[in-house]
Order: sequence, then structure tokens, then C-alpha cells
Amino acid sequence: MTASRYPYYPGCSLQHRSHAYQQSTEAIARSLGFELAEIDDWNCCGATEYFSVNRLPAYALVARNLALAADQGAEEIVVPCSACFLNLHKTDKNMKLYPELGSKVNKALAAGNLHYEPGTVKVRHLLEMILTDIGVDRLKDRTRRPLYGLKLAPYYGCLVARPDSVFDSTEQPTAMDKMLEALGAQVVPFSLKTFCCGGHMTQISEETALDMIHRIVKCAADSGADALVTLCPMCQLNLDVYQEAANRYFETSYQVPVLFFTQVIGVALGLSPKELGFGQEFVDARVLLDKIQDVPPPRATPARRSKQALPMPAMPE
Amino acid sequence: MDHTPRALFAMISAGLEDEVLSSNTPWYCVSCYACTTRCPQNIPITDIMYTLKEMAIRAGRYDHPHAAKFSETFIGFVEQRGRSFEAGLATRYHLFHHPQQVIKLGIMGMGMLRRNRLPLRPKSIRQIDQLQAILAEAKALAAKEVEA
Repeated sequence: MTASRYPYYPGCSLQHRSHAYQQSTEAIARSLGFELAEIDDWNCCGATEYFSVNRLPAYALVARNLALAADQGAEEIVVPCSACFLNLHKTDKNMKLYPELGSKVNKALAAGNLHYEPGTVKVRHLLEMILTDIGVDRLKDRTRRPLYGLKLAPYYGCLVARPDSVFDSTEQPTAMDKMLEALGAQVVPFSLKTFCCGGHMTQISEETALDMIHRIVKCAADSGADALVTLCPMCQLNLDVYQEAANRYFETSYQVPVLFFTQVIGVALGLSPKELGFGQEFVDARVLLDKIQDVPPPRATPARRSKQALPMPAMPE
Repeated sequence: MDHTPRALFAMISAGLEDEVLSSNTPWYCVSCYACTTRCPQNIPITDIMYTLKEMAIRAGRYDHPHAAKFSETFIGFVEQRGRSFEAGLATRYHLFHHPQQVIKLGIMGMGMLRRNRLPLRPKSIRQIDQLQAILAEAKALAAKEVEA
């Protein structure tokens, strides 16, 4: 572990609809021995809304947070929400990449007696920070209640995997997969792990949104997953709160709980479900706790080729 | 969606400004960046969609008023308080733009309330004057950009 006290940008969602993410993040931080120090007087990142209406004020809004963090002595900033992560990361990157933009943003910041030198604060997503600084091995060591028998679909969504991947791949990231396996869970093959949940689309064209939500939930259920694991408040909201609406629209009856990865880590660390915000979800996730077994399930032996099967093709001599 | 993104970009190349700005296609963009990472020509498609929305609002020609109003309502709260406010956003946006959906939304809202997921009191930052001064200056600079 490189630091024990991390400057922290929680974002609006964690204080509103995704309180379970905040609670479980704080709980595992205590348990794993690191501290999250909130940036004083941070403001909203503008989500995906501000950039589509007025670009320069959108950058200035985000940059105020970076300037505050730098003034408060932060060299890095840990962000649990994917949209906040993207906006902070993108602003820092583009201010450097396009000096003209950088100087205009700083001109705006000067109206509030602030200045930000791009590159000063490294923007990190909470998952990346846990995987890099704490690491899979340490998580494995600290596991008190291995998640044996639990089948999980790792869902990365968009804004951490893209456009600037902080993981191994923008198309097929596996970082969270490895983490869940280290905690004892079984990771199901899940082809829609970076498919979009629809973001704000439920408010704009509900049918479009329900179709996207339905695809992800169906894919997870078809893969045999007991639950979806997310790292973003918007993804959790769409897949969980709108799952019932999608069921009604498509005449299906999926009941796939949607957890934050911090809740999953917390269960494995042996923390209590209440402390981790269980019970705030619409699709009850408490049933998962009963599915955890005491011993690892036997490994499935690969099916043998039947004696009657046709011969395998061979290269000509 | 009026045009596929490919068609829309061909229309931009062909200079069909009116048709491009009144297309509803950019308003269906969910900012997932899948196109941006996959484009073999490295075109930042998501950011261009943002720019098209901004230009369409400025020209008063957008075809998807709901999406623009949703963004503007969201931003209104942020500019006023420095934080987003979901209970207020949902109520204000739906009352003015989707009154027929208020009951449906109310049912979901009750579910959110019961689970402690919808605080009814908005949060504000301390130095809201500072933020507003920054945004006012940024808006003035943006307006100058448009003139130039």
C-alpha cells in the first residue's frame, strides 16, 4: 500500500440515491486500514448534462474541484462514481492537451481566485486504487468469509473502461473479474460487461432505456449469475430500480440483485450486511448471503469427447 | 433516431447544416464512448455529439426538447447550489415536460424514499458565490468564442 490517507471526491450520487455505495466504501476503508478525506467544499461534476449544453462552463465547473484539491495539498484524488471520474480525468487531460482550453478555463477560475495547473492532481477511480494500492493478494489474505458458491457477473459499464481505459482493455476488462475470484466467488462469462446501461436515457426515451437495461439483466441471468456487480451509481440505479419496469415492458420476471463492488468486498471481509447498506436495493440482495457456502464448490470437470463423436479435423500430411 | 451516426457524419461532410442540427440523433447519445474508442479514424464522436447538441440549442433548432430540458433543469440546480438535487430535478422536469408521468414517477419515488435513497432537502456548497462567479466568467468567454 502506498498511502493510507486518500483525498476523496464522493460526488452527488453517493450522498443521494447511492448511499449504500458510500456506506460500504467507508466500511471497507476502515477494515482495510485506509482513510478517505473529503475535498472541502467540492461541487457537482455536471454529470453527462453540462458538457452537452455549454462546454466551457462545464470544464470550469469540473476544474474548480481540481483546483480546490490542489490547493488543499492533494496529489491524487479518489473517485467512486464513474461519471465524476470521467469528467475529472477528462478535464485534467484536455486542459493539458489543449493549452488554449486550459488558459480559458483558468481565466474563468480566476474569477473565483483559483488556478489549476493540469497534471497536478492524479484522478483515480476507487476500484483501480483498491486493485493497485491494496492488491488482489492482500484482499485474499483479509478475506474472512470467502464467497464460495456465489456466481457473479462483473459489470464495468462505460465511463471507467472508456474512453481512457484505466484497466487492461476498453472492450474486455478483467481487473474486477480477478478481484471477485480472489474473494472466492465464481465469475461467470459475461459478454455485456462494458455495454452501456443507458445513463440518463430513462428520463428521455424510456423505451430505449428499458431495452438497454433488459439486455444486460437478461445476459447476466442467461450466464447463470446470482448477481451483477457494478462500480457506478448510475449503472446500479438503472439496473436495480428499473429492473421491474423492464420486466413489465418485456413481460419477463428477472430478479437479479445489483451490488456495488465495495459491498461484495465488505461481505468477504466479514462485515455486517447492514453496515454495507444491504436492504437499500429494489431487487433484494440479502438472498445472496444465504447462497454463500462454507466450502468451495467442486470444480466442474470438462466434458469428455463422446466415443461416437466425429473425428477432429487434422492437418494434411 | 432520425439518422444513424454514420449518416449524420456524412451529412456534416456534405454541409447539410439545417438537417444535421434538427436531427434528433445526438439527443439519443448516452455518452458511452463506445464509438470514440472504436473509430478507426480516431474521431471523438461523443464530443462531436455534445457540440452538435450545443449548436442546436443555440440555433433553437433541436428536435428533442425533452432531452435539452432535462439537461437544462439538471444544470439549473447545479448552478444554484453547486450540487445536483434529484428529488427537485425529477419533480421539476416531469411537472413541466411530462405531466402525464408524474404518478408513475411518484410510485418509484416512494420506493426510493422508503429505502433512504431520495433526500428531500437539497445540499449546497459553502462558497456558492465563488462557483457562480467562475461559471459567469466561463459563460462570457464561451459567448465570445461563438462570436469569433
